[in-house]
Amino acid sequence: MAIQADNHRLRIAVRYLVLTLIAALFIFPLIFMLMSSLKPSQQLLVDSGSLRAFLPVGDISFDNYVMAFKRAPVGLFVINSLLVTGTTVILSLFLCSLAGFSIAILDWRGKAFVLSAILATLTVPFETIAVPLLLMASKLPWVGMEGFEFGWLNSYRVQIIPFVADGLTIFLFVQYFRDLPKDLIEAARVEGASWWTVYAKVLMPLSGPIIATAAILKFLVMYNQYLWPLMVVQEEGYRPVLVGLQYFFQLNTAWGEIMAYLSMITVPVLVFYLFLQRAFIASIASTGVKG
Amino acid sequence: MIFPSGSGAVPGPDLPQTDEKVTIMQREKSLTRSNGAGWGFALPGFGLMVAFIILPFFFAIWFSLTNQRLISPNPTQFVGLSNYTQLLSVGTILLEPERDENGATLRDDDGEIAYPRLRNFTRNNPDYPKIQGMREWFSWQTGPNDELKRVILAKDVVFMRALKNTFTFVIIVAPLQAGLALLLALLINQRLRGINIYRAIYFMPVVISIVVVAFLWRLIYDGNNGLLNNLLGAISFGVIEPVDWLGQTSTALGAIIGMSIWQAVGFHMVIWLSGLQTISPTLYEAAELEGSSKWQTFRYVTWPGLRNTAVLILIVITMQAFGLFAQVDVMTNGGPLDSTQTIVFQAIERGYGKQDISGGSAISVLLFLIVLSISLIQRYLTRERS
Repeated sequence: MAIQADNHRLRIAVRYLVLTLIAALFIFPLIFMLMSSLKPSQQLLVDSGSLRAFLPVGDISFDNYVMAFKRAPVGLFVINSLLVTGTTVILSLFLCSLAGFSIAILDWRGKAFVLSAILATLTVPFETIAVPLLLMASKLPWVGMEGFEFGWLNSYRVQIIPFVADGLTIFLFVQYFRDLPKDLIEAARVEGASWWTVYAKVLMPLSGPIIATAAILKFLVMYNQYLWPLMVVQEEGYRPVLVGLQYFFQLNTAWGEIMAYLSMITVPVLVFYLFLQRAFIASIASTGVKG
Repeated sequence: MIFPSGSGAVPGPDLPQTDEKVTIMQREKSLTRSNGAGWGFALPGFGLMVAFIILPFFFAIWFSLTNQRLISPNPTQFVGLSNYTQLLSVGTILLEPERDENGATLRDDDGEIAYPRLRNFTRNNPDYPKIQGMREWFSWQTGPNDELKRVILAKDVVFMRALKNTFTFVIIVAPLQAGLALLLALLINQRLRGINIYRAIYFMPVVISIVVVAFLWRLIYDGNNGLLNNLLGAISFGVIEPVDWLGQTSTALGAIIGMSIWQAVGFHMVIWLSGLQTISPTLYEAAELEGSSKWQTFRYVTWPGLRNTAVLILIVITMQAFGLFAQVDVMTNGGPLDSTQTIVFQAIERGYGKQDISGGSAISVLLFLIVLSISLIQRYLTRERS
């Protein structure tokens, strides 16, 4: 009996050892990034030859962060990214849930066609439409503060509007609304509620989980935008963080400052993730269910 | 990515319906029937999708048949398929060695066989119209005594390399990443205390931008003081020499592959996990009662239950892998010597960098056709066999 128990304990220990070794593989590069951001570049390169690379030892300070802010308007880049991401997420949740509601609940002429068009867009990677979209964006009209004008390049709108509606978000709402009990809707209609009331007062208050899922997926896509703003934003005033990072790097910056920049834009997202870890993982998992 | 089992009208069994059933269905229909509200609610979202996804998609096809540029004083002209022939034309030629009067092959100073210069054939040579304007892609020795040289030429050698690199990337990444993600999912699916902490750690790189990851790994891969070189040096007691991972043609693409898998494997682990959790525990209990081994349980219980997940994951990874761009843009810019050029990198370099909208669009259309046909093939190969 005693031998069996020991055997069992040993097997458990081996499992934890394997799990921990793999975890180290994922976590050590990030610790390296954080620790390096606190060290002068000279020390950073020397330290990477030993375990000191992962320890806050030696000449530790926030100088790299201070220097990064001095060298480039990092704060502005962060604000631009948050503004673009926040606006897109909110607009997307609103318009995609409306469309999802219409498709899941209502019957109307042409619905089957619209739904198949929306699903067909899921097979079109963004990379295949980026180039023609660039030409469109350079010519689209806009009514702004200075009146009528052409061209969307170098603006917030060019980073927001093309990404508000997407097939995946609409489809997530369609699936969710379809599974809600129909009695609720019928009861509201019998009492004379308009479709808008049914959407806003009956269904949306029940949709917390799917709203969280859609918001997280959209947030990840938008905060991590790179290819599109690289092409359509040249002016510093509208530049988001990741494109700003590329320019920052080209200023021949020291590695310590680069690591400070990376940490600055990554740590908030990681903290956010660690708090909402279950919701993040559930949202990714939901893209795979019912495949 | 996601295809509903039945979209639109639900097909039911063709049973003769009683009058009562028909009236109930009509009542339900009329209760939710509203063309005005239906279109009104759907139109804002759907309209944006038409304007910014569907329309650009058709524009891509149209532009690829013209000579459209981003800014040009000249009117745009229809040019047919010439953008595509420019990208895809390949040719071949068999070079005979230069010989002296006696017929002996000439050799250069290094003792290599001397051949006539390629440009004698590819530049305005009326005898070789098919390879006009082409450049050498690759070649090999052939014939008796390996004296002849078979040269494969292409009009756009860089694009050919981009195609080859992208396919290499996909062929390595898709099975490797899917397999590693499944292993991680099986590890995480154990009933152990604190397992959720490990799941959270494995998933962590997914929430970090690939651009950030690429910058971080540039320092890790650094040829002089990179973490990886130091690590390899330390565990081999200095036997392994430092390698400039991103700076040489033989390792650059591999380095990008390794980093890409590190970043994305958690994503697919989570999708495998959700597939694993749909498998009924009673099946496992039954397998245990039957005394099946771990491998048998996996082979006959787990794997059949993961069929649909496997198809989905392969298609998703393939689509993501063909989009390879940011890593290359940050780490190597397509180099060294085009060894990390990719399809998307080329599309962007032309469409944006050179403002050649038509050339970039043609590459985009080719990319779409490749991705579409591969996912159709994957669906066909993994279809349910009845």
